[in-house]
Amino acid sequence: MNGKSEITEKYLALFKENIDRISAISSPYINSFREAAYEKFSELGIPTKKNEEYKYTNLNIFFDHDYKNYFIPEEADFVKAEEFRCDVTDLDTHGIVLLNGFYPTINEKLRQLPSGVWIGSLNEAAAKFPALLEKHYGKYAKSETDGLIHLNTAMASDGVFVYVPEGVTLSKPVQVVNLVQSDEDMFNQHRNLIIVEKNAEFSIIICDHTLSPKKFLTNAVTEVFVGENAHFDLIRVQNEHNAACKITHTFIHQEKNSVASSNNMTLHGGLIRNSTYHYLGGEGAESNSYGLFLADKWQHVDNFVNVDHAFPKCTSNQLFKGVLDDMSTGAFNGRILVRPDAQGTLAYQKNNNILLTDDAKMDTKPQLEIYADDVKCSHGATIGQLDGEALFYLQSRGINKREARLMLMFGFAHEVIQNIKIEALRERMDNLVMQRLKGELSRCASCMVKCG
Amino acid sequence: MLIIKNLKASIGGKSILKGITLEVKPGEIHAIMGPNGSGKSTLAAVLAGREFVEVNEGTVLYQGKNLLGMAAEDRAKEGIFLGFQYPIEIPGVSMVNFMKTAVNEHRKHKGLDPLSASDFLKMMREKKEMVEIDSKLANRSVNEGFSGGEKKKNEIFQMAMLEPSLAILDETDSGLDIDALRVVANGVNKLKRSDNSFIVITHYQRLLDYIVPDVVHVLYDGRIVKTAGKELALELEEKGYDWIKREVENNVIA
Repeated sequence: MNGKSEITEKYLALFKENIDRISAISSPYINSFREAAYEKFSELGIPTKKNEEYKYTNLNIFFDHDYKNYFIPEEADFVKAEEFRCDVTDLDTHGIVLLNGFYPTINEKLRQLPSGVWIGSLNEAAAKFPALLEKHYGKYAKSETDGLIHLNTAMASDGVFVYVPEGVTLSKPVQVVNLVQSDEDMFNQHRNLIIVEKNAEFSIIICDHTLSPKKFLTNAVTEVFVGENAHFDLIRVQNEHNAACKITHTFIHQEKNSVASSNNMTLHGGLIRNSTYHYLGGEGAESNSYGLFLADKWQHVDNFVNVDHAFPKCTSNQLFKGVLDDMSTGAFNGRILVRPDAQGTLAYQKNNNILLTDDAKMDTKPQLEIYADDVKCSHGATIGQLDGEALFYLQSRGINKREARLMLMFGFAHEVIQNIKIEALRERMDNLVMQRLKGELSRCASCMVKCG
Repeated sequence: MLIIKNLKASIGGKSILKGITLEVKPGEIHAIMGPNGSGKSTLAAVLAGREFVEVNEGTVLYQGKNLLGMAAEDRAKEGIFLGFQYPIEIPGVSMVNFMKTAVNEHRKHKGLDPLSASDFLKMMREKKEMVEIDSKLANRSVNEGFSGGEKKKNEIFQMAMLEPSLAILDETDSGLDIDALRVVANGVNKLKRSDNSFIVITHYQRLLDYIVPDVVHVLYDGRIVKTAGKELALELEEKGYDWIKREVENNVIA
């Protein structure tokens, strides 16, 4: 052994076994990153709790498992994906379905929307738009600490590609439905690239679903470029079963005067880890990072946020909330880095959590590194129970205790939901969260997974 | 309406109410006055059903029922309303949703169907006008970011919505400017009928310029030490509480 853990060795071997098959179906440009990423992954390994960024999350239960081969799609796999329809009827979007991280082949792999926007398969885009790929692919997803990002770069070959040209406003959001379905336990990785050029406006909804009750592990990387004065919104809705592990790494690179928001709504899932990296790479940029999770049973939800103020006069907001029931656990790690040149920075962070039982556990860690002097930063974290005074106030008006508790929890969650700008989705989220808090199932009606 | 007999209560083992006897009849307004720390708010807390107050002795009959055996929400549905001294801010819960849930719980208790959305909004509008509340209150979260005066006005608005038989206003006048005070008092006067009652707890006589009580009680050291008509309030305003304290102490010695 050379100091690498057995688990890391397992994934190095997985790479060796599958890399020829993967490379054969991938574009040469994406392939050109693999060797270096493999080396980097080999050096960093699968994160353990010794890694400060994963201090509160034990990945071993999902990584130390033999998944049946590495998924590479066949035509037949996509028929099911084609049949999937989101049931939020009044949600008017441009839809994309990803099955186990791949773009369905039976459709046009890359399609052009009005006003010159392209959406579709990343692998296909690599062939069609080599200049765009060369400019953006692999440029933002960088890490000296997290091996999983490199594992993704080493092995991923497809995912969603979006290109919004300069000055274009896409009035309808794009909705990506990420389906994971297999009759065997499966590990998959996909890679998204979203390019929103100067003065453009774009929002995307990513819905994570699992459709069969097997053990799944997903390790996904999304790179986003938000050009000067552009607006970008990302809403992620996670609704997976308890035997699924979802790890997402989202890198949002912002240019001057751009505004970008990310909102992670975690309704259900066995182990969820969302890392969101906001790079404020130009004067006057604004970033918002929101998150809400509801956890119960043995679920674990970990949100990691890194906000990098690299230029002056940028603003960042973080608001993350969690409601933890049963023996569920959660973690929040919010880092704000203000570089020496980033004068006039405004950076805010808030993390509030409610523990509904004595067995639920939450770890929260604000991390502020400030190297400029003209900076306004604030952070606050709370972990507690429902406010007894507020509960009594509601009861004193004739509302029974159970209903009063629900109202308080819902109000707590709604503070995050209200930041969703798409009305139909906001209402749906309110609805799903209410159902979830009532203990009814909160999955979308078309979900077929019967999980406990 | 309400018959309190020899009520003794403590908080964390410390005896606060030391034997209160009081009867409120339908149509009456009672004022309970007294210096700080005399037990006024504890009495309100016991009546509203707060769990941190421990009742050690005595009985409270409300409309012939044992009040102390009822949960806070049931007391509310039976027609008791507490106006809070410090109304609570509840972010994320809208006033509309809050009041709609409360009103419909009350209706359910009375065997009535829930109000339709439009009927409910109409009711809210009417009550707002009645108690002269700024319409913007309704679209906000419960008390969130409200000024002190707005919070107290909101209590009166909620009272108007729920139409209680017995309203207990716990120092609703404290910290109010004269305009807000007038809104609070007008609310009480408009809602007063021959079949409902009010207990107005206050430290100052000021509120009683606007709400004319039928009976004034002075609470001191956990006991009602004096009961008289509305003129007692004026006497207290003039002379303060010291003479009462002296009287009580002299009685104890005697």
